[in-house]
Amino acid sequence: MATVSLKNIKKSFGKTDVIHGVDIDIQEGEFIVIVGPSGCGKSTLLRMVAGLETITAGEVHIDDRKVNDLEPMERDIAMVFQNYALYPHMTVAQNMGYGLKIAGRPKDEIADRVDTAAKLLQLEPYLDRRPRELSGGQRQRVAMGRAIVRKPAVFLFDEPLSNLDAKLRVQMRLEIKQLQRRLGVTSLYVTHDQVEAMTLADRMIVMNAGRADQIGAPLEIYANPATEFVAGFIGSPPTNFFSADLVQTPQTDAKTLGVRPEHMEIVTENARLSGEVLYCEALGAETLVHVRVPNEQVLTVRQSAEKPQPSEGTPIGLNWSANDQMGFDENGKRR
Amino acid sequence: MEKRVTFKGIWLPLLLVLPQIAITAVFFFYPAGQAIWQSLFIPDPFGLSMQYVGLGNFEFLFSDPFYRASFLTTAIFSILVTVVSMGIALYLAVLADRLIKGSGVYRTLLIWPYAVAPAVAGVLWLFMFNTRVGVVTWYLGLLGYDWNHVLNGEEAMGLVVVASAWGRISYNFLFFLAGLQAIPKSVIEAAAIDGAHFWTRFRTIVFPLLSPTTFFLLVVNIVYAFFETFGVIHTITSGGPQQSTTILVYKVYSDGFVGQDLGSSAAQSVVLLVIVGLLTIVQFKFIERRVHY
Repeated sequence: MATVSLKNIKKSFGKTDVIHGVDIDIQEGEFIVIVGPSGCGKSTLLRMVAGLETITAGEVHIDDRKVNDLEPMERDIAMVFQNYALYPHMTVAQNMGYGLKIAGRPKDEIADRVDTAAKLLQLEPYLDRRPRELSGGQRQRVAMGRAIVRKPAVFLFDEPLSNLDAKLRVQMRLEIKQLQRRLGVTSLYVTHDQVEAMTLADRMIVMNAGRADQIGAPLEIYANPATEFVAGFIGSPPTNFFSADLVQTPQTDAKTLGVRPEHMEIVTENARLSGEVLYCEALGAETLVHVRVPNEQVLTVRQSAEKPQPSEGTPIGLNWSANDQMGFDENGKRR
Repeated sequence: MEKRVTFKGIWLPLLLVLPQIAITAVFFFYPAGQAIWQSLFIPDPFGLSMQYVGLGNFEFLFSDPFYRASFLTTAIFSILVTVVSMGIALYLAVLADRLIKGSGVYRTLLIWPYAVAPAVAGVLWLFMFNTRVGVVTWYLGLLGYDWNHVLNGEEAMGLVVVASAWGRISYNFLFFLAGLQAIPKSVIEAAAIDGAHFWTRFRTIVFPLLSPTTFFLLVVNIVYAFFETFGVIHTITSGGPQQSTTILVYKVYSDGFVGQDLGSSAAQSVVLLVIVGLLTIVQFKFIERRVHY
């Protein structure tokens, strides 16, 4: 267990700046998820903490120890890779014990720790198999096991679930969360999937084009996004954005307004916006109604399946509570 | 799940493989058959009559100390050529693999020697080490070393090994580099995080993962050293001095075409044929097992 702090971390590849200064203090045992679209620099940030990329500027501290110039092996971290990065010529047990063997630990201790980890991950029947004889989910577990066995101060996860199918992903997500709670190891987890981020994180860092747009607890970020980007990225279906001029009674100096689909309501009178129904998607528990508003934009309303489903082409009105309305200035900053 | 092409009749596939079969028949089966047939006879030097001797040629061969010495020479020669060319190639490939800038130039330059025909390579090295006008000989002389591969058998062996290995380094380098680049980067990174330094990583991860490539090259290089180095040896030493560089293939030539002992030469060809066969079997057996994972 350790604290990790990033101080104004920057990264450039040649003349291209990819990360423009990220700051965060991570508490002991905290689960931090770095989330953002592809190319936002989230993996690069993680790899800098791991020591696999050099740090252009700023400082990384693990437990008050500056690690900028330390080799990955000297940082007391373990990493789980997207493609698992298992050693194909070694058995599951050898894969998990490799780090301890390199460190010159006695054989009994290695076997002991590998067995404990295998029990924790339900990998006991597979210890003598090679990675190619395992399924995707099992390989994922071996990669986790390899990280656990070494008892590192920090776990780093680089999109560990993106190679799994949807069902397994949900299951492994839960397992990772439980495992991290149980072991209490400080973790940094990179993903592009906002659902993963919301469910796993104690706090999350939402990255946008090399900047940390917002850092905070998932629900806090969901309820109170700091930028237009965050409001659009977190939450599914994404927030509806429209020009403030479009609303009949503008009560704000914001340029763009954002309202989440679940906060919008189809009404017949007192409508703030009017439009016509483009099409409906009935998902069972809920229905998504796509509405075309006067400037040809399409907004989404998320409503319970019990509500009457309007037929296509019907003119309707849209309303929402003023509290749920988010205003953003021309730079996408929250007003 | 291999995708198989299926043909309806027998004639089209037969027609398609016919050219290859014809080439193999004319350039391999026919001469090989001739060699086997001739190895049972002793023809007179003018080729006018043949006398059947059964396995006499083979009996004579294996009791001939020169032939047995040639076996040892071949073993030493091929081991040296294989080890030197593969060792240097692996070293260069590891360096090239780490290179980020200019790797294209480096690679191209390293591949060039492969384009040089063995006989030409032999002549190049011969010029450099020529006992009278060779550049290297001259510099060695300045250092107080008297190089003379025409008289010294060990120096002659050294020279043919270097000349044969040189062109081979390019070929091995290409395969090693491809093998190294096929190893996922994240596996190396995982090992680095697990605490393995460069040399440990190489020993425990990279080299084992390269083993299919290494084994393939091992067999190919041995076959090369056995059979394709004729040109180098012929141009540099002609098997001398005192047969110290006469490998089996060269002995086939010198006994048959120089010594005019066609029966013995044919018998030696048959022995070589058996050796290639064994090497091929070993190659297939191993490639099917163990080396793949």
